[in-house]
Amino acid sequence: MRKIFDIHGGVHPPENKVQSLSRGIESAGIPPVLVHPLSQHIGAPATPIVEVGQRVLKGQMIADAKGFVSAPVHASSSGTVSTIEHREIPHPSGLLARCIVIDTDGKDEWIELDPVEDYTALEKADLLHRIRDAGIAGMGGAGFPSAVKLSTRDDVVIDTLIINGTECEPYITADDILMRERADQIIAGVKILQHLIQPTKQTLIGVEDNKPEGIAALRAAAEGSNIEVVVFPTKYPSGGEKQLIQILTGREVPSGGLPADIGVVCQNIGTTVAIHRAVQYGEPLISRITTVTGEACSAPGNFEVLLGTPVDYLLKLGGFQQDQCIRLVMGGPMMGFTLRDTAVPVVKTTNCLLAPTQKELPPPPPAQACIRCGMCAEACPVSLLPQQMYWFARGKEYEKLEEHNLFDCIECGACSYACPSNIPLVQYYRASKAEIRKQQQEKVKSEHAKARFEARQIRIEREEAEKEARRKARQEAAKKKAAAGKDPIKAAQAKAAPAADPAQAAIEKAMAKRSGNAPEETNEEKLARLKKAVETAEKRLESATAKLKEAEAADAPNLGALQTAHERMTEKFAKAKEELQQFEQASTEAPSTGDPAADAIARAQAARAKNADKSPREKAEEQVASLEKRLSKSEQKLAEAKESGSETAEVLEQSTAKLRDKLDAARAELAQLSESEAPVAAAASTNDPAQLAIEKAMAAREAAAKLSPEDKAKKALESLEARVEKTRTKLAEAEESGADTVDVLRDTLAKLEDKLAEARKEAGVEG
Amino acid sequence: MALITVSSPHAHGPMSTATVMRLVLLATLPGVFALTYFFGFGTLTNILFAALLALGMEAAILKIRKRPIGFYLNDGSALVTAILLGIALPPASPWWILAVGILFSIVFAKHLYGGMGYNPFNPAMVGYVVLLISFPVQMTSWVAPIGNFDGSVLGPIDALVRTFSASSVDAVTAATPLDVLKQNNSLLIEDLWASNSQFGSLAGVGWEWANVGFLLGGLFLLYKRVFTWHAPISMLIALTLLSAIFYDGGSSASGGSPMFHLFSGATMLGAFFIVTDPVTSAVSNKGRIIYGACIGVLIYLIRVWGNYPDAVAFSVLLMNFAAPLLDHYTQPRTYGHKKKTLQKETD
Amino acid sequence: MIELLTQHPFIAALASLAILGLAFGSLLGFAAVKFKTEGDPIADQVEALLPQTQCGQCGYPGCRPYAEAIAEGDAINKCPPGGEATINALADLLDVEALPLDAEEESVPSVAFIREDECIGCTKCIQACPVDAIVGAAKHMHTVVASECTGCDLCVEPCPVDCIDMIPLPTTVQNWSWELPKPAEDLIATDRDSNSSNRDEAA
Repeated sequence: MRKIFDIHGGVHPPENKVQSLSRGIESAGIPPVLVHPLSQHIGAPATPIVEVGQRVLKGQMIADAKGFVSAPVHASSSGTVSTIEHREIPHPSGLLARCIVIDTDGKDEWIELDPVEDYTALEKADLLHRIRDAGIAGMGGAGFPSAVKLSTRDDVVIDTLIINGTECEPYITADDILMRERADQIIAGVKILQHLIQPTKQTLIGVEDNKPEGIAALRAAAEGSNIEVVVFPTKYPSGGEKQLIQILTGREVPSGGLPADIGVVCQNIGTTVAIHRAVQYGEPLISRITTVTGEACSAPGNFEVLLGTPVDYLLKLGGFQQDQCIRLVMGGPMMGFTLRDTAVPVVKTTNCLLAPTQKELPPPPPAQACIRCGMCAEACPVSLLPQQMYWFARGKEYEKLEEHNLFDCIECGACSYACPSNIPLVQYYRASKAEIRKQQQEKVKSEHAKARFEARQIRIEREEAEKEARRKARQEAAKKKAAAGKDPIKAAQAKAAPAADPAQAAIEKAMAKRSGNAPEETNEEKLARLKKAVETAEKRLESATAKLKEAEAADAPNLGALQTAHERMTEKFAKAKEELQQFEQASTEAPSTGDPAADAIARAQAARAKNADKSPREKAEEQVASLEKRLSKSEQKLAEAKESGSETAEVLEQSTAKLRDKLDAARAELAQLSESEAPVAAAASTNDPAQLAIEKAMAAREAAAKLSPEDKAKKALESLEARVEKTRTKLAEAEESGADTVDVLRDTLAKLEDKLAEARKEAGVEG
Repeated sequence: MALITVSSPHAHGPMSTATVMRLVLLATLPGVFALTYFFGFGTLTNILFAALLALGMEAAILKIRKRPIGFYLNDGSALVTAILLGIALPPASPWWILAVGILFSIVFAKHLYGGMGYNPFNPAMVGYVVLLISFPVQMTSWVAPIGNFDGSVLGPIDALVRTFSASSVDAVTAATPLDVLKQNNSLLIEDLWASNSQFGSLAGVGWEWANVGFLLGGLFLLYKRVFTWHAPISMLIALTLLSAIFYDGGSSASGGSPMFHLFSGATMLGAFFIVTDPVTSAVSNKGRIIYGACIGVLIYLIRVWGNYPDAVAFSVLLMNFAAPLLDHYTQPRTYGHKKKTLQKETD
Repeated sequence: MIELLTQHPFIAALASLAILGLAFGSLLGFAAVKFKTEGDPIADQVEALLPQTQCGQCGYPGCRPYAEAIAEGDAINKCPPGGEATINALADLLDVEALPLDAEEESVPSVAFIREDECIGCTKCIQACPVDAIVGAAKHMHTVVASECTGCDLCVEPCPVDCIDMIPLPTTVQNWSWELPKPAEDLIATDRDSNSSNRDEAA
């Protein structure tokens, strides 16, 4: 006879198992609606892989496992996915979680299954994969994914495989009835597990001695195998995994460790059957045996129920009388949790629905003072001191609680059961555990936040330092420049030149023109440019008009802005047109046949007009004014900074000095301009290029007038040829340097060539 | 019916605090019967008045502390304290002795520390010790047991009269056997036994039977699993061992035989009704063994070499001090742990 | 010398006192140098207890400055995110009286949430965030990295368009837990009015 070890403590609550054992397993049938929560196991919730409105078959996977510790969910009958939404799930909180809801069609149509003839031929990984894909999670109550539990590391030798048929909780008979009716399936499942785990020493099925019929059935089925059915005295909580291991082997699972650490793997009897069905028939986990019992049920019994079946549907089969029921418990009276609503579904871990009357399980009376009687410590199966932990939990002394091994508490409820003062000890421990975990998480989070905060501080400091360094460098550079540059005015002028100051640009252009090195622009070029400008202006105007119209129609709020934009566009268009007209007029006035003199005149006139247009003096005056304004502002700022002793004073001082310099320069320029304007106005014929050009052109005209038409044509042809040549070289240059004038030059060249051809024709015809 | 939401477990055991207290009261009956038989109705009047006073004072202080009175009176703890004190006091003690004793038990030792469950010292023993130190004459004048002098015992009327009369010395009193032994410094134990009529077959007349009565009651409570065997048995063993070691065959300097010590004074009452008080004792089984043994040792030390003839109250109070320390060092090994976790802290 | 001392016990006493004083003084001086502690361990320990939300509700720019202030003797009850638990832990550490929180109520753990279609991309909240938990660029929509947010609400105030909400963390099946039971025997005087105590008496 095998040696049976004892566990510390334990209690003997009334068993109340006979009520639900009067009948065999009955099928609960197909409910109209199936609700499949995505999280029926410990670990990450599954991910839906079906869509609303999709038709699903019985056994079809509707949500896939997400992550390693997870399990898929399967449709337990055929039907249509009506919705995927948050619904109340069987959980003590009564909170909502995502569920896939299926409207069943009653056809119960199976998906094509993939049974295995000979599992011994399968690889271990393949077998585990099948178990995982079948969505099997511990059916004893915790719901830990079985495949995860069975994937032991290769370097760990498992010597003992334990099948848990203890079912120590009162009222529950789901495993008992399974043993009585389906012992052969259990043994078949155990053999699969044996093949998978390869226990080196023994395979044990642990059963409490209050199930003689089940034991007899199991023993008969296990006849001739190396599976031993071990019977031990009934005591709650022998069915806890750690407790059962201790009872059968005398070994203790190390605190915080796994049974595999001491060479043991443990599986529930219901899980074993599910594994058998999954491997042998390819059926995923879609149904389970659930006990419906309690005095508020007139027909207690065990039902084979499809997962996802609403609890109220199942309760009806058990003859549930709502008016007599004080609380509805999912699970047993020791570790089960109360349901707030009967609409929640049966899930993989639902081994029992207990509907007691008030008399049967009266609501807890108010807790009295703890008298430290120690009955809880006597009852504790893990040798804790619940009464001490109670004081610490109330005082929120979490360190002390951890010292007293709070986290070894299995929440079996034996202490609360034994407590003469009705103190809800387990609730204290649960709350404290949650609080400690929360604090640990917060600790991690606060460390993280601190690291980020400090990183940010360092970054800000570094940026600050960089800024400071840059400022210093600038200061140095400015000093050096001031020392090196003898003519600050010129420097300032040079600096100001590239700036888009229209006055300055105008002055420069004018100056450049005057000195005779303005970029040449042929008539054609100018014409093209102007035409283009008109074109774009027209286009813009058009679009602006369209927009305005649209806006007007829609009464848009930006109507005003659009109107002004439109006006501006119109103006621009008009201007561009005018310019074009002027130019065309000029071109026609001056014979457009390519008279160079006329060209030059037109150019000179245009330049003059430009000069006159710009009025450089005014612009310069304006600049001086603005500089003055800026200077006064910066002086004011400087004074302020000096007063407050700010460190920016230095910088401000420098910038003020610079501004002053600039202003001086601008003033000097203004003076120069007003000086030079007078002679320009006087138009000293000797040095005015425009005048010179006019004179030159006139002379050329006179010369041309003297020529015969043939000669004229010849000359024009020659000049055209020269221009074409010139443009060609220019284009080549531009192409080489990648300048953006390439396109314009190409255009021009093409036009010139046309003209040239025409001119040649003319010359040929005439000649 | 609306469904309620509560944390598991949903089932609850048959034991309740009130049940525990009732069982304790029930278990005192054999001892009280023996005391009444041998020392007259004085013990019963003690118990009656102590109980009334205790309930009254408990209700009053609960009222002052604004606690639900019915809820707390119902737990029976005040009644148990009163009855234990009533048993421990000399039969037919004057009413004011009872009043002072109960005042210190209920108000000072219990409620001023926060009420039931929070008191570090055994309330009944605090009351007893205050009286013993304050009123030594009244506290040592035990009525003579039956069979002494005129062979009569205190009747109910006599006991009432004695309780409420101003003069308390007119009844027949006699030194207790423990007292006699303590005063002795010349006679061999055998001779002492022969020369004093207080001694019976094992210990004192009446005392031995009262102790047997409390032993029976204690065994009943053990059977009912109201407390564990650890503290009382270890206390009795320690007392037996020490008295056996120092019992040198009965010389005049000897401390008395083990049997004498086991069945004298308040030994059994202490072992099963005082030492087992859960609130003030150590919590772990190992702690309770040490706790009980230390009390046994202290009882013998004080009885033989101390100033007082009996020592249960002092020993218990002294060990009440030590209980938290014992708890600290005797935390049991939790499942899955190699060593006690507390060692970590003391490292 | 010895004779003098034996002749005049007063001098002997003075001398011995002086010698003792010197001896212990030098011992203490040596200890002060030898066992000198670097940094401010108290402030470090205090900082370890603070929740590191860096919210500044205590009036200091972050948790570290407040920890230093506490080490210097500032009150320990200025941390709303830490609440009662932090105050108790600090009281334990510093062996001082635990004071009630210096704020109306404990701040509920929450995360900032930017209503993104209202965000104008001003980057003001990004600059305010003490843990860089807001991402975004100028003129682009910003968003809060919820996992990094400490719920300090420093970003709420600078937002010019008030598009930031502090959303309390929701209770889910994952983080739900049983609460500590309320002990029936613990009804202290202040919790009860005379009516209810009468009712209990009647019961």
